Amino acid sequence: MSHIAPTAARQARQALRIASRRYPASAFSRVSARTANATGQRNYVSETKPSQATVNVDTTIKADQKAFLKQTGTMAEHATMPSTGMSADAMMSPAAGILKQATIMDEGSRPIYLDAQATTPMDPRVLDAMLPFMTGLYGNPHSRTHAYGWETDKAVEQSREHIANLIGADPKEIIFTSGATESNNMSIKGVARFFKRGGKKNHIITCQTEHKCVLDSCRHLQDEGYQITYLPVQPNGLIDLAQLEAAIRPETALVSIMTVNNEIGVVQPVEEIGKLCRSKKVYFHTDAAQAVGKIPLDVNKMNVDLMSISGHKLYGPKGIGACYVRRRPRVRLDPIISGGGQERGLRSGTLAPFLSVGIGEAARLAKQEMEYDTKRITALSNRLLEGLLSMEHTTLNGDRERHYPGCVNVSFAYVEGESLLMALKDIALSSGSACTSASLEPSYVLRALGSSDESAHSSIRFGIGRFTTQEEIDYVLKAVKERVTFLRELSPLWELVQEGVDLNTIEWSQH
Amino acid sequence: MSLAQATKNNMPYQVRSLYRSLLRQGDQFAAYNFREYAKRRTRDGFRQHQNESEEKRIQELVQEGLKTLQMLKRQTVVSQFYQLDRLVVEGGKSGKQTGNNNDIVRQKDQGWD
Repeated sequence: MSHIAPTAARQARQALRIASRRYPASAFSRVSARTANATGQRNYVSETKPSQATVNVDTTIKADQKAFLKQTGTMAEHATMPSTGMSADAMMSPAAGILKQATIMDEGSRPIYLDAQATTPMDPRVLDAMLPFMTGLYGNPHSRTHAYGWETDKAVEQSREHIANLIGADPKEIIFTSGATESNNMSIKGVARFFKRGGKKNHIITCQTEHKCVLDSCRHLQDEGYQITYLPVQPNGLIDLAQLEAAIRPETALVSIMTVNNEIGVVQPVEEIGKLCRSKKVYFHTDAAQAVGKIPLDVNKMNVDLMSISGHKLYGPKGIGACYVRRRPRVRLDPIISGGGQERGLRSGTLAPFLSVGIGEAARLAKQEMEYDTKRITALSNRLLEGLLSMEHTTLNGDRERHYPGCVNVSFAYVEGESLLMALKDIALSSGSACTSASLEPSYVLRALGSSDESAHSSIRFGIGRFTTQEEIDYVLKAVKERVTFLRELSPLWELVQEGVDLNTIEWSQH
Repeated sequence: MSLAQATKNNMPYQVRSLYRSLLRQGDQFAAYNFREYAKRRTRDGFRQHQNESEEKRIQELVQEGLKTLQMLKRQTVVSQFYQLDRLVVEGGKSGKQTGNNNDIVRQKDQGWD
């Protein structure tokens, strides 16, 4: 708006000049007359104070329009000028045309970002830490022979320490990767292939609601001859520990369960799983991309052996992640990427110092801000959840208690999820994981919870982050309420429901 | 200059001045979410520590605030270079222009003659 104002003011002044030329002493003469009389003395420049400012853009436009109506008998905004095809309004007084634009632009057009599970905006403090390494400090951190290498190496080691502090690990146990997907692949395939060489353990346990990259890695391993158990989940999204214990066999090499689910936000009982795995001498990998920096984690307390971390889910840059690999007792991995032996030989390739510094700074901030952020996100989440659940026929997916508040997944019955997303163009939302948002299939996570196809189709995920404001939440609540009501009004099913017909009893086929 | 010297050891004045500078600088972010966060975090951060009494701790916090202020100065400039559209929440609060009557005029150019 601010960049519009000077132009509009200039235009308005111009319009006024034109107008006063056209209508001498009709609309504006009283102003000058009044200022001259009021003070009783001659001033070359009249004093600037609000009471004197009786001429404003409003008056100018109204005067112009009134004059036009008197002359031609039609409203200025309805008449089109034959020469240019513009409306008479804009022709006569450019300010009016511009102001019309300005008032429309004043609403803003960029959607509200409410998809913090897909990615988060990079914190300005993180960018501030990264910029020196994108400009002047460009050394290869693995160069040991000159100062360029030493300074970037120091920064990289420092950010390793920040990440280690966040999860209670030792800096030497942090391996930088390109993201959580690579970390997951590295952990699962690495452990499995290492044990395959020993020839004994060839069984992996994971869970049906895991992220696609874990499930896909497991499927590849299945093709290579491993045995995989996909644990089912309870209707609240949590796994059953007794079921897990029953599934562990003597030849089990690895259990992989995610900490916070990316679609429904349930927090799995990681500590109990860790204890169980340690007692059975099975490695435990957890995909904590959605959890690191958001809920307190301690790898030693939770007995986690491998943990995947993503940079861009904790307000850091995209393109970097980390993997925690325990040293004592040592976890042996077969590296996927071989080369110069960087990162303990587990992930060769030159590190990107600016990305490493970015994720390190993001981790430091996450530790520093965790208490403040949690309090705030919980408050916003409760506000959103209460508002949404106060509508009829809405349900929260996932457990209410063991739940990360920043992820709210709600089903709106009798509304098609995709059409609701279309109707909510001014809010950036998704119906599930970003990786599967291209397909129209219902979310496999919700299906695993036992939701019906319709319910899975009509659910929407709201992701609240550090930068979400209360105004945004209120806007979203209002928009969702309005548009869900609108879409339901269109739906014949909703009419039946309002009449009290149970939809399951209807015989749909006529022939 | 004399004012600055006179208040050199006046900690409450320095803290208030830092608070105002942080708020003012945070308001310069072009991006709505960062702008609101900067203001909110400044306010809540000062409120959280308003009862600090230990001299050394206050010094530390002021140093931290000064560092944040420097960061804000750099990052607000970056933010202003890469401006995007405004968000739908930013202007829509005071009322939408739905009709075509130009009945909402937000510019108030007053005082020129």
